Amino acid sequence: MLSTVVFWIAAALAVAGAIGVVVTENPVHTALSLVLTMLALGVLFLLLHAEFLAVVEVLVYAGAVMVLFLFVVTLLMAGVKPPKEEHRLRLAYQTLIAGLFGLILFVLVLHGMASAGWMSTLAGPSAGTFGTIASFGTALFTQYLLPFELTAVVLLIAVIGVVVLAREQS
Amino acid sequence: MLTVIIVLVKGLITAVLLLAAFGIMTWVERKVLARFQFRPGPNRLGPLGILQFLADGLKLVFKEEIIPTAADRVVYLMAPLISLVAALVAFAVIPWGPPIHLFGQTIPMEIGGPNIGILFVFAVTSLGVYGIILGGWASSNKYSLLGGLRSTAQVISYELAMGLAVTGVLIAAGSADLNTIVAKQYHLWFIVPQIVGFLIYIITMVAETNRTPFDLPEAENELVAGYHTEYTGLKWAMYMMAEYINMITVSGLATTLFLGGWHGPWLPPELWFLIKVALFMYFFIWIRATLPRLRYDRLMAFGWKVLLPVALLNTLATAVWVAVR
Amino acid sequence: MVPIAYYLVLSAVLFVIGTVGVLARRNPLQMFMSIELMWNAVNLSFVAFARQYVDMAGHIFVFLVITVAAAEVAIGLAIIVMVFRRREHVDVDDLSLMKG
Repeated sequence: MLSTVVFWIAAALAVAGAIGVVVTENPVHTALSLVLTMLALGVLFLLLHAEFLAVVEVLVYAGAVMVLFLFVVTLLMAGVKPPKEEHRLRLAYQTLIAGLFGLILFVLVLHGMASAGWMSTLAGPSAGTFGTIASFGTALFTQYLLPFELTAVVLLIAVIGVVVLAREQS
Repeated sequence: MLTVIIVLVKGLITAVLLLAAFGIMTWVERKVLARFQFRPGPNRLGPLGILQFLADGLKLVFKEEIIPTAADRVVYLMAPLISLVAALVAFAVIPWGPPIHLFGQTIPMEIGGPNIGILFVFAVTSLGVYGIILGGWASSNKYSLLGGLRSTAQVISYELAMGLAVTGVLIAAGSADLNTIVAKQYHLWFIVPQIVGFLIYIITMVAETNRTPFDLPEAENELVAGYHTEYTGLKWAMYMMAEYINMITVSGLATTLFLGGWHGPWLPPELWFLIKVALFMYFFIWIRATLPRLRYDRLMAFGWKVLLPVALLNTLATAVWVAVR
Repeated sequence: MVPIAYYLVLSAVLFVIGTVGVLARRNPLQMFMSIELMWNAVNLSFVAFARQYVDMAGHIFVFLVITVAAAEVAIGLAIIVMVFRRREHVDVDDLSLMKG
């Protein structure tokens, strides 16, 4: 009962944040709407018994990646002006066609879900250790060790790339 | 339904106690700092100046609300609230006593979040960073923006070293649940095997709460008080509340992780917890009175080039020791 | 308790809103944030499926998505900062230097 109420509140907040990302003009407001969506998703992860992932989502995604976004937005967008006048009409058409395409995509996705089985039954009970840190760590370091090591390489490449890109151009 | 009511009551009591502790802390800090500097401190209002914080609170409530014209109103008003709420919520997983038995239920002495204990505190303090960066940006003042960005960069850099220092304790205890960690310290407090982690933790906890010697982004003679330059009255009070409650939270975490939580010989456990937290708060004030301020680039270099490698080595050594045992 | 289908529909809604954001926005940072929204929607559907089939693979995949997203955000932001550093109007349609 309580989990149903929490689900609807979190879902409403997530959709509100998503619409905020698409609609707001100020980039800082866009970033804050995205943070709202991420927090709502964290709550939804908790409802789905994914406690470690809920914390990782808030800690890494909302707490570090979005702070990085905010750094760049506050430093870069300080002197930026709104779009030029001659672009206004083009942007209006673009938004309309984007909305149409979004609707078609949504219908397609729902059709795909319906033809693959709706999964309208409740999920069965999960073992007590599902989604805990211990089971996550066990899975990550035994069964999925190769993707873990490859991700470490990806992160190293990202760090080297950013250092090279952000260097002073001599 | 009963569990929901119990959680709500615990949350309410904790929030009220934390805010009361904030009031007492302002008085304690001013008195102790004054004693360090050979002066009497507040001594006019009430015995030993104890009612000073009431007078300060009243003054702040009645101060004029000045909002800069170019400021983004919604974000400007929201930023101190984010800081304060994050600081209060982070205390939710810290157990301040053994479970008590009431109404036929076993009530743990923390508000919630059993399995993910420590990670919850880190997640919520990461959210507290938003109060700083949004406050700096929404003030529409280039000094505030720079101060906010500097402070944010400092906090997220030292968060890494803090997390790694705590990971050593996690590995040694085998669980992220704070109740389990306290239970495992029954015979030997973790400060003894994890002494390196403890030293790293107390350095990073001072940096995380933006206290001297790491308070360059908000010192008055640099950057005009940084991100809270343009804040007056109650909004500034909320930032200060957030800072002191953050101090209490990291002290509570240090007690739980390294000093054995609420374990102690013959006093009631809650009193032991209070004594140990008070010890760390005194440490904060002592450091403020004694050490000079660290320059910002030296601060960042210290966090990245010294603390992070040492914390990594500590984690590695702990992991090897636990695996070999 | 809520059926898993509700989570999947919510994930689809978020994904579609993110797609509309990517197509309709011209500010590179706001486009990037809409892409982040799409990733989050996919994460939600992964976790929902992991709950349905009680398999940790869904959680591991979400972890990898979050990590790669963080790396991509770092590099993407560095590129955006370099390209748009000294401009007044930030619009991706102005990036036509390589046009033939």
